[in-house]
Amino acid sequence: MMLSKVAERVYWTARYLERVESTARLVSIYDQLLFDLPRSVQLSWYNLITINSLQTDFDERYKVRDERNVVKFLIGDESNISSVVSSLKAARENIRTTRDVIPQETWEFINELSLFVQDNLKQGINRSKRYEFLGEIIKSCQQILGMLYGNMPHDEVWSFLRLGRNLERADMTTRILDAGVSVIAQMQEDDSVYNSRQIALGNVLRSLNADQAYRRLMRLSVNGPAVVEFLLGHKAFPRSITHCLNSMIHAAEQLPNPKPVRDHLLGIHKGLETKPTEVDETEVFSDFLNNLQIQFAEANNLIAQHWFSTDVEQIDYQAS
Amino acid sequence: MKDNWKDYKAGEHYDELITEKGGSRMPARAVVSYLKSLSPQDVAARKLAAESAIKDMGVSFTVYTEEGNIDRVWPFDIIPRVIAKKQWDAASRGLEQRLQALNMFIDDLYHDQKIIKDGIIPEFVLKQSKNYLKECEGVSPRFGVWAHICGTDLVRDKDGQFYVLEDNLRVPSGVSYMLENRSIMKRVLPELFEKTDIASVSAYPSKLYETLASLSPRRVNSPVVVVLTPGIYNSAYFEHAFLAQQMGAELVEGNDLLVKDDCVFMKTIDGLTRVDVIYRRIDDEFLDPEVFNPKSVLGVRGLMRAWKAGNVALANAPGAGVADDKVVYAYVPDVIRYYLDQEPLIPNVETFLCYDDKQREYVLANLDKLVVKPANESGGYGMLIGPHSSKKERQHFAELIQKNPRNYIAQPTLSLSTAPTLIGQDSLEPRHLDLRPFILQAKDTYVTTGGLTRVAMKKGSLVVNSSQGGGSKDTWIVDTEAKSK
Repeated sequence: MMLSKVAERVYWTARYLERVESTARLVSIYDQLLFDLPRSVQLSWYNLITINSLQTDFDERYKVRDERNVVKFLIGDESNISSVVSSLKAARENIRTTRDVIPQETWEFINELSLFVQDNLKQGINRSKRYEFLGEIIKSCQQILGMLYGNMPHDEVWSFLRLGRNLERADMTTRILDAGVSVIAQMQEDDSVYNSRQIALGNVLRSLNADQAYRRLMRLSVNGPAVVEFLLGHKAFPRSITHCLNSMIHAAEQLPNPKPVRDHLLGIHKGLETKPTEVDETEVFSDFLNNLQIQFAEANNLIAQHWFSTDVEQIDYQAS
Repeated sequence: MKDNWKDYKAGEHYDELITEKGGSRMPARAVVSYLKSLSPQDVAARKLAAESAIKDMGVSFTVYTEEGNIDRVWPFDIIPRVIAKKQWDAASRGLEQRLQALNMFIDDLYHDQKIIKDGIIPEFVLKQSKNYLKECEGVSPRFGVWAHICGTDLVRDKDGQFYVLEDNLRVPSGVSYMLENRSIMKRVLPELFEKTDIASVSAYPSKLYETLASLSPRRVNSPVVVVLTPGIYNSAYFEHAFLAQQMGAELVEGNDLLVKDDCVFMKTIDGLTRVDVIYRRIDDEFLDPEVFNPKSVLGVRGLMRAWKAGNVALANAPGAGVADDKVVYAYVPDVIRYYLDQEPLIPNVETFLCYDDKQREYVLANLDKLVVKPANESGGYGMLIGPHSSKKERQHFAELIQKNPRNYIAQPTLSLSTAPTLIGQDSLEPRHLDLRPFILQAKDTYVTTGGLTRVAMKKGSLVVNSSQGGGSKDTWIVDTEAKSK
């Protein structure tokens, strides 16, 4: 027995928490990529805005597309609904209103994290303290996740947390892959290209905390087709699209009347069989990733229609 | 802190911890001597630890202001208020007696009105009561109980005697803060709990659950119990969420529920699920737009029908607030005598009823000495505190009283008891306080061990409401006769 509204809030709690963590990681990794690339590669901080499809929002607020503005926008800007502070606020609000169904430590942890971010935001945006600041945010998110893993009964609430977390993850993986592809496309043909390409792909892996797992599971040097295979198709890596889809399918199956959602997810899964393997065909590859993002958005809508609706007609229909 | 305690002057009021001669009262001996042994730095550090615990725990309350609703951190003083167990046991018997009589009174009002026929209470008191609901006439809630959860405000006068200041029978709040105060205290001054026999307060959520579950109209093993909240913008939302979590009940808003065939259902991911018991934290007026305020979006259409049909239990029952009226309050000692044939164990504060010509005359002549309260308000609003009032305010109240005498009562300004309270970093000063215990009644009766102690943080002030700058303290019931640990 679970209220539809509570289900929706739990689902979004998981999505926002995941978004906080992945955005923090994305920004904290980016520095290192810039330092590693040769100066001939024209890579801009604005890429981070493009990855998250936030160009319009960003350009409305900022004229200069420099590091400071990009970082401010992604971390500390309350008017950006996807920023770390906004996502954190939304996660806290959702936790606050679902305190009766999730472990009570979650509430304390999210309060601690919110207070930490509030108190350190100013210094955290500056370059010298940024790495520590973002590291602390990532750690706190993982603390919450770990606590949930250790304490929560694997009931319906758990299934909605898994649905939300994995959908957000899968979506982020496509975006980071897409960004990697676009960086490679921007590279000029010269001697350093091979090297730069490796650096860019390595960065894609690191942005998903996937580099160590990649080496261990693939036992290959970093190369385009293998990275794509790994991030799209590897069953064992928690941020691969396949793994996320499998988790979502499993979570959906634990819920009442799973069929429409499960069928849609299985459809996406099937589509992965025909994935392009060559990153060099950037246009084809980008289209493929964009299409995946659209299908994830559809999955989100289906989940909402199916389980969160408080429309009585619809509920009656489900119950019969 | 030794010097601060030496300098502490209890003043002319009854002090909960310190006697007139400056010694500590028996049940407070251990805590006072321990606090004396701490350095001022240590005390400041504990105070800080309490503040950060409150923030982490997210203990807050919402204040409505013109700029919108503000979430305020719960104000808490680390020096506990201590009461001897023996004294408390006597008070809690008095509280049980009072609620039992009040429930018999409410049940009588909605049935035969014997108490009016027998001339104990004048009929017009009832006729003009805002909280009397005609819709409830003839309804018989289980066990004859209407007010299942009651928060009664107690004060102590100069003599140390407890008096009842008011009964809150509608949607009393504060119990979650009583529980949170204890957990803060255990975090911040754990040593004290090893030294003293402090009665636990933790039974409340399960007692509340048992009380609510026992009201279920369906005879099922685990009835569906929900907490109905007006939502996140309500000042007590923190408490609603806290209690739902502690009881393992669903926290719902009006739009999560619907009535079909005179039964209440909630909208879940499985479809509709039948609801048996609603612990509602919404005022009567907003409960059901079909019967009461038609504009209410907080309530559930058809809820009254379902309740009257006996298909769902509401706690507290609609209409229970009729006994919450301050004019009715003046009659409670008679109510106890009438229904229970017993003398009241806890006295009322002397109360003047403005509808009585003689008493009104006295009130109008002594406005500067009295506290005037409207009969149906709560939260400390709309009051006149005579000794602290201006001439203009008194004039205004004199007009109000003359216009609608039934709606006003007056009481002498009480000398509320005080307790040492930490002001600033490490200064100790007496501050006035009251006590709100919570009483549950279904088949059986239960009283919290102690209750929520509220403190008026401003020097000399008697206003303890958190919405108006009040603070709080942990309340200890200490067994001085138990063998030491």
